[in-house]
Amino acid sequence: MKSNLIKSKIFTLLKVQYSNMLEYRVEIALWAISGIIPFFMLNIWTNNNLNESINISDVMLSRYFLCAFFVRQFSVVWVVFSFEEDSLMGKVSPYLIQPLNPFLRYFAQHLAEQITRFPFALIIAFFFFIFNPESLWIPNLGILFLSIVSTFLSFLIQFLIQSIVACLCFWTEKASSIERLLFIPTLFFSGLLAPVVSFPAYVKSWIYLTPFPYLIDFPANLLSGNETNISGGLSMQILWIFLLFPLFKKIWSEGTKKYTAMGS
Amino acid sequence: MVQNIIDVKNLSKSFDISLKEPGFKGTIKHFFRRQTKSLRVIKDISFEIKEGEIVGFLGANGAGKTTILKMLCGLIYPSKGSILVSGYLPFMRKENFLKNITLIMGQKQQLIWDLPPIESFYLNASIYDLDKFEAKRRIKKLSDMLEIDKELFIPVRKLSLGQRMKSELLAALIHEPNILFLDEPTLGLDINAQRNLRKFLQKYNEETNATICLTSHYMKDITSLCKRVICVHEGSISYDGTLDLLLKKLSPFKEILIICRSEEDAIKLENFGFTVKNKIKNEITIKIENNSITSSLKTILNNFDIEDFFINEPPIDEIIGRVLSKKGYEI
Repeated sequence: MKSNLIKSKIFTLLKVQYSNMLEYRVEIALWAISGIIPFFMLNIWTNNNLNESINISDVMLSRYFLCAFFVRQFSVVWVVFSFEEDSLMGKVSPYLIQPLNPFLRYFAQHLAEQITRFPFALIIAFFFFIFNPESLWIPNLGILFLSIVSTFLSFLIQFLIQSIVACLCFWTEKASSIERLLFIPTLFFSGLLAPVVSFPAYVKSWIYLTPFPYLIDFPANLLSGNETNISGGLSMQILWIFLLFPLFKKIWSEGTKKYTAMGS
Repeated sequence: MVQNIIDVKNLSKSFDISLKEPGFKGTIKHFFRRQTKSLRVIKDISFEIKEGEIVGFLGANGAGKTTILKMLCGLIYPSKGSILVSGYLPFMRKENFLKNITLIMGQKQQLIWDLPPIESFYLNASIYDLDKFEAKRRIKKLSDMLEIDKELFIPVRKLSLGQRMKSELLAALIHEPNILFLDEPTLGLDINAQRNLRKFLQKYNEETNATICLTSHYMKDITSLCKRVICVHEGSISYDGTLDLLLKKLSPFKEILIICRSEEDAIKLENFGFTVKNKIKNEITIKIENNSITSSLKTILNNFDIEDFFINEPPIDEIIGRVLSKKGYEI
């Protein structure tokens, strides 16, 4: 009975957020298109033959950047901005007195948006293969499954990092400025602009101690078929989730004591 | 014996606010060295509310009414003192406590802006663990009570303020809470919408015996719903008791306009010993203490030739306004 109610709660939350997201389908298509940074980077890499320095073929590099695009599409998070706005406008107040953590609403919102994004991402991939037919490949089912899991874990890590930053709204009101600071290492060390393997060895050893390479580089390498340590990568993703989740819970519990319900 | 459902003891709340001097110099100073001040907005208040009561919180802007409601529903953390609502510490926000209460803030909405209200209702129903059948039944019942029907299927952004407020109420009441915290629920509504909302709240209270804590600047909300009022002045309670007693205390007199058949009678009445407020030709207005109205009227009717008379209730807005505007007004 209890599990049925939980299932129904999750299903309704997703269904309603999906209906809401469909109201913004044009915006979502534009967001999907705006995520084509990896294709620009691919162009820079191949035109300058930079891939030779890291021993990756043109085909593998183009697959990597296509996968980076896909992983990015399904792991992009903006919870800090939503929460900050809701918090400043007083919209968080009614959510706080409901028996559901408000972050689960945002979580459902993100999942719903990913579902809405899916067809647009497929269309972009279709055009990518028209222009790069040599890059076309079909990953085996096992790898595809692990890549989906890994992309979801990457989404969870990013969601937790941003949720922790979002909770700082209880102290500073403008938590998004802190998120902007995090954007720099995310951009450079996540593998969005360049595969992490292209960094010098001593930098790489440090990067792998942070959560950033597990956001895009690891799932993109996994899906594209590049050589990668699957169990090590997945373990690091899970480890980061286990580290970040209690931190989020702690900061949430301390933050809500500071809440002043301004704007309401 | 009716149980206390809300028990507040020595409650205080302070906020830290940052101070900034005006002008460019002030801005630079504020940037480098921020000065903060602790502002005590609620000062050591205590009160109890019984199950099924409708209590109005009265006070000027910034008196602390909304802060009290926010602490009662667990939205903000008290600085000192204790609160028990339905046996729970509100700030712990235990699931069973949250399923028992609701907070409605005028013009602040929880409905999803781009979707019809019905979607938000089903979402809320699932958040409160109601199955689809039960949710449907409650939506039907509440929408009948609130007299909304086709509005349920129109996107929220297309609804009028009144329709939106009704939908907000439905969303907030779908879990049939026992305790309602209403912060200016009629704010911005037209007279008819205000009346309908009051009627609905009255009915809801009668049918479910729910406890209602209400703040409003519209005196009609208070007079038609609340028998008991708590007056808040600069964070302290200046009065806690029945509205009738408050009005009697603040206005122990009634004004009676007497129309005499002749001006001579009016002159005779003027000199009879009553407190005369004014006299125009054969019309005379006298002030009589509330407890001697019947006897005074008998005397007047027996001794003077009266064409008509009118007993004027003191304007409640004016009386309450006096309480709210005077600093340290003793009641």
